[in-house]
Amino acid sequence: MREAAPATGVDPMARGEELAEAAVGGDRRALARLLTAVENRTPVAEAAMRRLYPAAGRAHLVGITGPPGSGKSTLVASLIERVRAAGRTVGVVAVDPSSPITGGALLGDRVRMQAYAGDRDVFIRSMASRGHAGGLASTSTAAAAVMDAAGFDLILIETVGTGQSEVEVAAAADTTVVLEAPEMGDEVQAIKAGLLEVADLVVVNKGDRPGALRTAAQLRAMLVAGASPKVGAGDAGDRPRPKRPEVLVTTASTGDGVDELLVALDRHREAGRDEGSGAEIARLARAEAQVWAILSDRLRDALHEPRHAEATRATLVEVAEHRLDPYAAADRLLSTLGVDR
Amino acid sequence: MTDRPIKVLIAKPGLDGHDRGAKVLARGLRDEGFEVVYTGLRQTPEMVATAALQEDVDVVGLSILSGAHMTLVPRITKLLDEQGLGDVLVTVGGIIPDDDIPALKDAGVAEVFGPGTTIAQVAEFLRANARPRD
Repeated sequence: MREAAPATGVDPMARGEELAEAAVGGDRRALARLLTAVENRTPVAEAAMRRLYPAAGRAHLVGITGPPGSGKSTLVASLIERVRAAGRTVGVVAVDPSSPITGGALLGDRVRMQAYAGDRDVFIRSMASRGHAGGLASTSTAAAAVMDAAGFDLILIETVGTGQSEVEVAAAADTTVVLEAPEMGDEVQAIKAGLLEVADLVVVNKGDRPGALRTAAQLRAMLVAGASPKVGAGDAGDRPRPKRPEVLVTTASTGDGVDELLVALDRHREAGRDEGSGAEIARLARAEAQVWAILSDRLRDALHEPRHAEATRATLVEVAEHRLDPYAAADRLLSTLGVDR
Repeated sequence: MTDRPIKVLIAKPGLDGHDRGAKVLARGLRDEGFEVVYTGLRQTPEMVATAALQEDVDVVGLSILSGAHMTLVPRITKLLDEQGLGDVLVTVGGIIPDDDIPALKDAGVAEVFGPGTTIAQVAEFLRANARPRD
């Protein structure tokens, strides 16, 4: 019952366009195959993206991040339920870490999201981070764009369990939700720079546990009251201002507070349509992050092409042996590609 | 690229609540370099087929200890076929009487792994038989 293996001569341009058309037309298997191509960064994915990218940009992209075990997957499951009840479609990109040793991964986020098997308007995709360190896989943003083009209204991007500084999701999403569990730290934790700074919404999950309300109050005191107010024009110029996130309390396992979270998500999205809201800056940051990542891949690929590979390796060896410094090495490699600085 | 990890769904269809074996295998395959999607206990055939489709896995590994394999497995392989996933490798592990193995293979199961199978054996089989990657 095995299908014939795809012929090696299949034109990736044609295959990519074919998959893109089918995915936009609602073919879920084509969507799944396309996501695999995106993850594997194949020429098929590039061809498909050319077709899909102009169709993306309509969905609300929501990043869900927070420490391991804070309840991200359970909250996503609870959000799916409420979003479906409201008649909206939802896609999920759920990232779990790859082993730095074997390259393998255990992707366990679906365990909490299994209630929607018969519902074609819920599409959940697990991704391994594959060595990428910012809390997402390097292709998560592209995967979300594919789901966006396929017509999902809301796309939830769940990061790996994060610590203090995996802020990449903020560039991938329109709205970033940072989860905290009760009693995870004192007020000093709340004023450290990093993850909490990129939050548009801070959610204290496990709201039925002791200390949840106190944790929320501490976060509110430090993040909202403590943030400098918006300054007027001319005052402090274009210096970036910290966000003033809303702080909510949820119990994802029972659904308590999740309706309020959904309302807050919609409110944040609406506010993003106003001029000067910072949403344009966020979209530009997302574009930059995507293009820069691809540019860096392309540079690496170019330097590994047969005609450059040997010189590249020789340069790296010189750096390893401390005969050349890394800056001079980078300049030399750029000049082999004809880029002078 | 040929070194891209093989993606495996490890699922426990049916009602038995013993998932230690499935978890140990999931962990073991992770260590063998596979990307393993683990979906937990008490899956319906529809849940297994949906997860296989959305995750675009190369292999579906079913762990069944309840004795319901003759009911569950053919339903899952039928659903996979209906969704165009006939090229996905299906394997079964757990407590499966020898007499049932030919019927399971007729239903589209590539291999049945009984007690005593090592993780290395499973990994080797999957590497040799998983569908070609495109």
